Amino acid sequence: MKWRYLKQQIFFGLVRASALIVTLALGGIIFYIAYNGIGAISWDFITKPPTDSMTKGGIMPAILGTIYLTVGAIAIGLPLGIASAIYLTEYAKQGRIIRFLKVGINCLAGVPSVVFGLFGLGFFVIFLKFGSSILSGSLTLGFLILPTIIGASEEALKSVPQTFREASLSLGVSKWQTTYRIVLPNALPGILTGSILGIGRAAGETAPIMFTAAAYFTTKLPGSVFDEVMALPYHIYVLATAGTNIEATRPIQFGTVLVLVAVVLGIDLVAIVVRSYMRRNKRW
Amino acid sequence: MNRQTKEIIIKYIFFLFALVSVIVLGLIVFSLFREGLPIFGKVSVKDFIFGMEWYPTYDPPSFGIFPLIVGSLIVTLLATVIAVPLGVMAAIYIAEIAPQAIKEILKSVIELLAGLPSVVLGFFGMVIVAPWLQDTFDLPTGLNIVNASVILALMAIPTISSISEDALYAVPREYKEASYALGATKFETIVQVILPAAMSGISTAVMLGMARAIGETMVVLMVAGGAAAIPESLFDSVRPMPASIAAEMGEAPFRSGHYQALFAIGIVLFFLTLFFNLFADYVSHKFRQIGSGTL
Repeated sequence: MKWRYLKQQIFFGLVRASALIVTLALGGIIFYIAYNGIGAISWDFITKPPTDSMTKGGIMPAILGTIYLTVGAIAIGLPLGIASAIYLTEYAKQGRIIRFLKVGINCLAGVPSVVFGLFGLGFFVIFLKFGSSILSGSLTLGFLILPTIIGASEEALKSVPQTFREASLSLGVSKWQTTYRIVLPNALPGILTGSILGIGRAAGETAPIMFTAAAYFTTKLPGSVFDEVMALPYHIYVLATAGTNIEATRPIQFGTVLVLVAVVLGIDLVAIVVRSYMRRNKRW
Repeated sequence: MNRQTKEIIIKYIFFLFALVSVIVLGLIVFSLFREGLPIFGKVSVKDFIFGMEWYPTYDPPSFGIFPLIVGSLIVTLLATVIAVPLGVMAAIYIAEIAPQAIKEILKSVIELLAGLPSVVLGFFGMVIVAPWLQDTFDLPTGLNIVNASVILALMAIPTISSISEDALYAVPREYKEASYALGATKFETIVQVILPAAMSGISTAVMLGMARAIGETMVVLMVAGGAAAIPESLFDSVRPMPASIAAEMGEAPFRSGHYQALFAIGIVLFFLTLFFNLFADYVSHKFRQIGSGTL
């Protein structure tokens, strides 16, 4: 009898330890980066371009580039993702077609980021002749986050009660008007918070933009969508592996990592908090 | 145009949007094949996959990617061995044991861990884990299989944990209650009733976690060391496939053999992860948990 409960205690201990290890890993990484990076952060660091072959100065062009690429990715991924989800939840009937589409979306979600990079290089940069540019990078990232946005939108659309649709349809309103006027507005907050997680991913990805958009170093800011840009994740990689003086630029590296982590986790955290707030104050 | 036709047109427009994902998948295959397949005019498929020597810049070059495949598989396997127990146990804690408040926090922690950019984790492995490993075990380099696997495990844990958690929640309450009614302890209920009932979902979680690890690029690029040889110990450096693509694409001349070989590695990687994903999809559908009626 005793042994049964002892076993339970040991098991619970292990389970708690696992949860603790995961938490400590995240906490440790964030703390270590914040602790080492905070010294490098200053107004100049954020608003000035790099100088002296990237051993001094700031990271402003990289921040700007990441913003451009992320906004571009949203502009492509969000409308496509919401429209896909509307078809899947509102129009498609259970059966072969929906299964086929869902397998496709799952497979797209599983495509490695570096393969997305190759796809961007092979298709946008070379085949469509967009060159290494904001446009190519945004398209690549947009398709990368498409499955995340579809998933989030589907969940939000499904959580709109069926009775809303039925009430609207029974008033003689057409399917499209019901979707557009009733379902979509009610689902929109959920869609946006869910999609924010995808946006965080777009801002932090490196491999897909390495061959499609990111420049090692540019002094000029992009003038059009056909220009290359610097980007935070790629800048970190470059500084940490191929910079002119890797050891001496450690503080700049830590600073850049901190900025990226703050941006990405900040975005994610907003989504998480808003979502839990919305769940608690659900009206139906 | 009457209302009916308009509705039908709208339906088909949305169908086209929903098709985009599948079309993109097709375009990925098209681009990889277009740029990668010409390499097989220079080297046979067998020599490419099983060739032991990856010297793409030598004259004459040799394009054997077997060491890269081995590198990918070994870091993925070791990462899985680390991530599965941690991820599944964390899921059990969240789904079955943790009090409400801790549950919420822990779920956010896992979501944030999933959100950490891979280049940040790679940087962490390179700057902190590597020197520590090197000093502690007195190694020639800290950039090796063990280091890469640990960091990859951190990336796979959120995937494994969140999908396992969903699978655990999907187990009908009746199972649990019946088990308690028979006098089983909570531990016995979890291990003998809930886990077996959630097994298909957990297997899906593990496979998707592995797919994530095998395709992850920045971590293995920065942390695995980059030696394109079959490793002899866990503290040796390797050069997994994604690392090779990311590291060499910048210097490979346009449409040279090297460039085509890198795209061909992309083909291998694409189909490897596609296989993992389709298999995971198959398992989750074949052994789907639908309420209490299925078992």
